[in-house]
Amino acid sequence: MTKFLSLVQLERIWSTTMALFARQIQSLTAGGIRTQQVRLASSTEVSFHTKPCKLHKLDSGPNTSVTLNKEDALKYYRDMQVIRRMESAAGNLYKEKKIRGFCHLYSGQEACAVGMKAAMTEGDAVITAYRCHGWTWLLGATVTEVLAELTGRIAGNVHGKGGSMHMYTKNFYGGNGIVGAQQPLGAGVALAMKYREQKNVCVTLYGDGAANQGQLFEATNMAKLWDLPVLFVCENNGFGMGTAVERASASTEYYTRGDYVPGIWVDGMDILAVREATKWAKEYCDSGKGPLMMEMATYRYHGHSMSDPGTSYRSREEIQEVRKTRDPITGFKDRIITSSLATEEELKAIDKEVRKEVDEALKIATSDGVLPPEALYTDIYHNTPAQTIRGATIDETIVQPYKTSADLLKAIGRA
Amino acid sequence: MSHRAVSLLSKCSSTLTNAQIRGKAHFTFQPSTTLPAGLQGQETSKMNLMQSVNEAMRIAMETDDSAVLFGEDVAFGGVFRCSLDLQKKFGKDRVFNTPLCEQGIAGFGIGVAAAGATAIAEIQFGDYIFPAYDQLVNEAAKFRYRSGNQFDCGKLTVRTTWGAVGHGALYHSQSPEANFTHTPGLKLVVPRGPIQAKGLLLSCIRDPNPCIFFEPKILYRLASEDVPIGDYTIPLGQAETVRQGKDLTLVAWGTQVHVALEAAQLAKEKLNADVEVIDLQTIQPWDEDHVVESVQKTGRLIVTHEAPISSGFGAEIASTVQKRCFLNLESPIERVAGFDTPFPHVHEPFYLPTIHRVFDAIKKSVNY
Repeated sequence: MTKFLSLVQLERIWSTTMALFARQIQSLTAGGIRTQQVRLASSTEVSFHTKPCKLHKLDSGPNTSVTLNKEDALKYYRDMQVIRRMESAAGNLYKEKKIRGFCHLYSGQEACAVGMKAAMTEGDAVITAYRCHGWTWLLGATVTEVLAELTGRIAGNVHGKGGSMHMYTKNFYGGNGIVGAQQPLGAGVALAMKYREQKNVCVTLYGDGAANQGQLFEATNMAKLWDLPVLFVCENNGFGMGTAVERASASTEYYTRGDYVPGIWVDGMDILAVREATKWAKEYCDSGKGPLMMEMATYRYHGHSMSDPGTSYRSREEIQEVRKTRDPITGFKDRIITSSLATEEELKAIDKEVRKEVDEALKIATSDGVLPPEALYTDIYHNTPAQTIRGATIDETIVQPYKTSADLLKAIGRA
Repeated sequence: MSHRAVSLLSKCSSTLTNAQIRGKAHFTFQPSTTLPAGLQGQETSKMNLMQSVNEAMRIAMETDDSAVLFGEDVAFGGVFRCSLDLQKKFGKDRVFNTPLCEQGIAGFGIGVAAAGATAIAEIQFGDYIFPAYDQLVNEAAKFRYRSGNQFDCGKLTVRTTWGAVGHGALYHSQSPEANFTHTPGLKLVVPRGPIQAKGLLLSCIRDPNPCIFFEPKILYRLASEDVPIGDYTIPLGQAETVRQGKDLTLVAWGTQVHVALEAAQLAKEKLNADVEVIDLQTIQPWDEDHVVESVQKTGRLIVTHEAPISSGFGAEIASTVQKRCFLNLESPIERVAGFDTPFPHVHEPFYLPTIHRVFDAIKKSVNY
């Protein structure tokens, strides 16, 4: 597999090579800077094997041999740890009643988000359902923004107006509370991309429960009819709330349920497999072949939400088993340490750093203020004169003092 | 919590701490003081709303062999435990889970009912009823009409959760009843407590018209009273006066009845006004005569509901009453309802039509 390296990266590898004992470097051409899989005694790039993807209506699929360099290894490890810690912090906040309402944690599914993001390029869009905290952070929000949104504070991603299920960043269309509602939306975003001749995809995520929504069938049909660059991604964690997949779906081969839309099944606990598959899928869509359906076989450790202990429909042993044998972070950690891409010390240092970042975010999330009541009537309409909002009584009818949250934030000095 | 929020909320109670205010419900459940007609002296058992709904369904399924219950997660007992033990008792072919597909659930329920079996379909949260809206409005409501009575889905009852719960935010707090009152052919019912819930739900299940039964989720555990243990129904289309008065008529339904009762108590203490509180119970068809008679007596009307004010069902009541009681009215009809905004996240306490807002409207009306 060929890999294009920048001059800087090449220089780094070259100097490392010179300092250590290099085994094999091939075809450095004059015109470009190309080198094949570089295997070094002290590795800065290593290749691994992943589980093959199952294919639906495809003759070939993603590579099972993938490469990983040190920089990426540390980055992916860090990213997954941030999500794990952040979700853990959210769970604790919930137990302390500092977060109320509904809170759906992503712990266990980190490899899906981090792996997919690793393959995404500038301009790609993502839309997902309510298990969105990890995605929100990955796509540009800070840990503070995520945690403070859960506690409903001004520092929150939507300044407290959206809550757990409604967080957004550039090219990240949320965060959706209503199951399945995001599926046709994703197809629509993809249409806009195609219309604007962007070489991008819209990653449209949904769960195994949502796979039974009529909307998905409608969205899939439109996407295929018009060759839209949508990646329909089913994050199959085995349960739709408390219902196991076999009890809700006539077919649990979610990657085939696009029927006329080709699909691939991916081991969602292996971040490298996810990255590789997503890269492949993107190439497929970018080349104008239309939508693709992906199924990420993954697992969530917590219950559906914080109101669900998660043990009434599966055994604790099952959860422990997955944690022990298939955890995305420990699995990845083992790989990168064994292959010398990283050392225990480096990873410990990252852990420490991540803990610090999350702790600082927690401080703000539990101490910041809440938007004043005028926030109740911001962001209802756009570009209209200040609306008359009928209040709890006719006399509480007010004219919007601030039309947007941005105006309100400016007024209270938090712009 | 901001200072302003605290000061506003502290008007509700001056003795609670910050943390206590945050978790406090915006009302206190007022148990019914009288039992429905014909049930006085019957043996009762202490039950909360969840248990009384469970009871009603158990009785319905015992007395009707064709009754089936289905919805998301109902088999293990339901997310609010309303269907606890029902699958155990009646078996998997009568109590079963559906996949996650509200439109499918509603349509499927209509089919079951049209074929002659009693269908109890659960939509887990009223906020999720909108994918099912087309089926309910275009199919369920119109089946009898369009077939000239050859077919109907009267055996369908849709049960769904309803209303603010303190932390539900945008999609777990809505009161969608007004979206359906614009559709002739459906019956819509909202109970205020366990006694009414049991009787009204049994009526809905046995009523030969498609019914939507909205269960105030905040009352599932909070509302507990002595409920008659036998098989009884409360007639649909009948309102109930839960507090007698002569100075003002206050109409509400569901959770808001308890807010109204507290506001009425406050009005007695502070304004020496006797407020008559009516629980509408059935929203469609609503008991016009009962409300009109009351307003003819008092000359003043306030309608209060959680749903946003514009085109909330209070608007229909106000319009009808002004026509029928025009010369009786001593003050303009007031509506105290939710704001015309989506149901908010952290700003819920400001959004809701609280006791003090209702009291304010009472004060304005009696002083008009």
